[in-house]
Amino acid sequence: MATTNAVQTDSGLGRLSESTRKRLARKAQIDTWFERVLFAFAFAVLLLLGAIIASLIVSSWPAIQRYGVSFFTENRWAANVEVFGALPAVYGTLLTSLIAIVIAVPVSFGIAIFLTERCPGFLRQPLSTMIELLAGIPSIIYGMWGMEVLAPLLRTWFPSVFPAGTGLATAGIILAVMIIPFITAVSRDVINTVPAVMRESAYGLGCTTWEVARRVILPSVKGGLVGGVVLGLGRALGETMAVTFVIGNNLFLNPTLTGQGTSIAALIANQFSESDGTQRSALLALGLILFIITFAVLAFARYLLRNSTGRHA
Amino acid sequence: MLKHVFATLISGSLVLGAAGAQAQEAITGAGATFPYPVYSQWADAYQDESGIGLNYQAIGSGGGIQQITAKTVTFGASDAPMTKEELDKNGLLQWPMVMGGVVAAFHVDGIDGSLNLDGPTLAAIYMGEITNWDDEAIAKLNPDVDLPDTAITPVYRAEGSGTNFLFTHYLSQVSDEFKNNVGEGKSVAWPAGVGAKANAGVASQIANTNGAIGYVEYAYAAQNDLHLMHLKNQAGNVVEPNMDSFMAAAANADWQDAPGMYLVLTNQPGDDSWPITGASFILMHKQAENADASAQALKFFDWAYNNGGDAAQSLDYVPMPDNVAEMVRQSWSEIKGPNGDAVWNP
Repeated sequence: MATTNAVQTDSGLGRLSESTRKRLARKAQIDTWFERVLFAFAFAVLLLLGAIIASLIVSSWPAIQRYGVSFFTENRWAANVEVFGALPAVYGTLLTSLIAIVIAVPVSFGIAIFLTERCPGFLRQPLSTMIELLAGIPSIIYGMWGMEVLAPLLRTWFPSVFPAGTGLATAGIILAVMIIPFITAVSRDVINTVPAVMRESAYGLGCTTWEVARRVILPSVKGGLVGGVVLGLGRALGETMAVTFVIGNNLFLNPTLTGQGTSIAALIANQFSESDGTQRSALLALGLILFIITFAVLAFARYLLRNSTGRHA
Repeated sequence: MLKHVFATLISGSLVLGAAGAQAQEAITGAGATFPYPVYSQWADAYQDESGIGLNYQAIGSGGGIQQITAKTVTFGASDAPMTKEELDKNGLLQWPMVMGGVVAAFHVDGIDGSLNLDGPTLAAIYMGEITNWDDEAIAKLNPDVDLPDTAITPVYRAEGSGTNFLFTHYLSQVSDEFKNNVGEGKSVAWPAGVGAKANAGVASQIANTNGAIGYVEYAYAAQNDLHLMHLKNQAGNVVEPNMDSFMAAAANADWQDAPGMYLVLTNQPGDDSWPITGASFILMHKQAENADASAQALKFFDWAYNNGGDAAQSLDYVPMPDNVAEMVRQSWSEIKGPNGDAVWNP
């Protein structure tokens, strides 16, 4: 900005004094270097991503080659007899994340709409802060809470459904609690972008809060809300510590909602440090699968975002 | 002025550090978590006495084998022994250092004392075939106990561990069905039950769950006041898990005839033997790259055999009997330095 001004007022570089010209040249140089540094940073991320994918593929190749299709069809992960089936872990990962989303989405949207539409002014700030604090709790704390509080509660209240308290559904509930703050925070910010004039006109026409939320707010910020959900889903898919504590860590495929199971992240966390050879390679292959699942979810969300005409954050 | 002080401090500490490193290099080792408490107790006492420290990383048995194979440590430690073939392939020498017991603990509301089980019943519980505490098989072993109609929740170690190895090794010996369907190993796929992390996790899951049964190292059960199962041993006697029954199992072990000292002490003969007892092993290269470091490590182990018994017992571990220790000392003559001489000269 400063440069253009200087050029305009002096109408041409020729009339500039030696020192000014030097200063300008130096600024231009700094700018060039700044751009190069920015490019290097951005490129480093790409490079890193590529390197991670490449090393995952290379190190998981022995297992993929050895087991082939059976890696995806075998119903158990038994390291001692070198039978490695990804199915129990993939099933657990997808199911727990699904349970988490099913619980978290309505609750989060509800909180967000309450905060933006119905919340008394004096409550708004403390409530928002508390939700943001929830988002900052380390996952190991959720894990301990799940094991020491939630699991015993579920066991006491529903002994026939949760005989051990732990299991896939328990992990899904913990994940829901963990991602609610994320989805809520994003949704609240997105809903706040709806112009006041829009909702005021709707209220002016005699709409109820439900109607305003349902017909005015949600449709106009659909894309942003999807973005928030995907952010939460991304966290749920890869969450490790909290899930490991409560998922039951059973390595047999157990296609139920409340049974004991495992997830990709939990299985890797449990076995990686003691593994070698084929087992390590198979665990890395699991990591690759998680990578692909997460990538697919993000790509799907991008697709939804592009196809939605709504505003987004 | 300040600069000068810093410079003096830094150069001083450098000199001290260098001198310290020259005088007494710490012994490096890595591996099993099971014997870690006793190793660190020994290391403290040994350092007080000799001034030589031990840097032991409890990264797990698998990690210990990896580290010693890669020669990044002077000794490795593992709860699961390596077979003679594996040892020879990697040029390693193996010996037992300390023993311990794995016990089955349970939590059933209404039962305050202990219960009796035998191996096949325990295996059936962990296979998911016996699912209720008032099952006929359990009732037959406990005729005097009024068993409640409570579902059984088997609890196991979720991560790879030497405790898993001992427990599955035992179940594989007493149940062919378990052996064929699950098998032994540090990490197996359990057909039924809940996986908890580490001994502490298993202990807390048992304490929290009505109807739970699980297995932990004896020290954990003793510290957590869990109700313990009495198990029927190979001789057909129901024995209580304690120091005496662990010692009885250890006393019957035939180390002399075990090639490469590969011996897992589960299901040992003897009237009073606790059936799930195991030793923790040390691994060292027969061809030492650093003769001094290996000699220092062997001195430490020799000291531990001679002086470590009380410390081990106070932590609920079983020390190796003297005759086994003597046998191990003799095997150390196989460890040779770069010049071909044995590094261990008593």
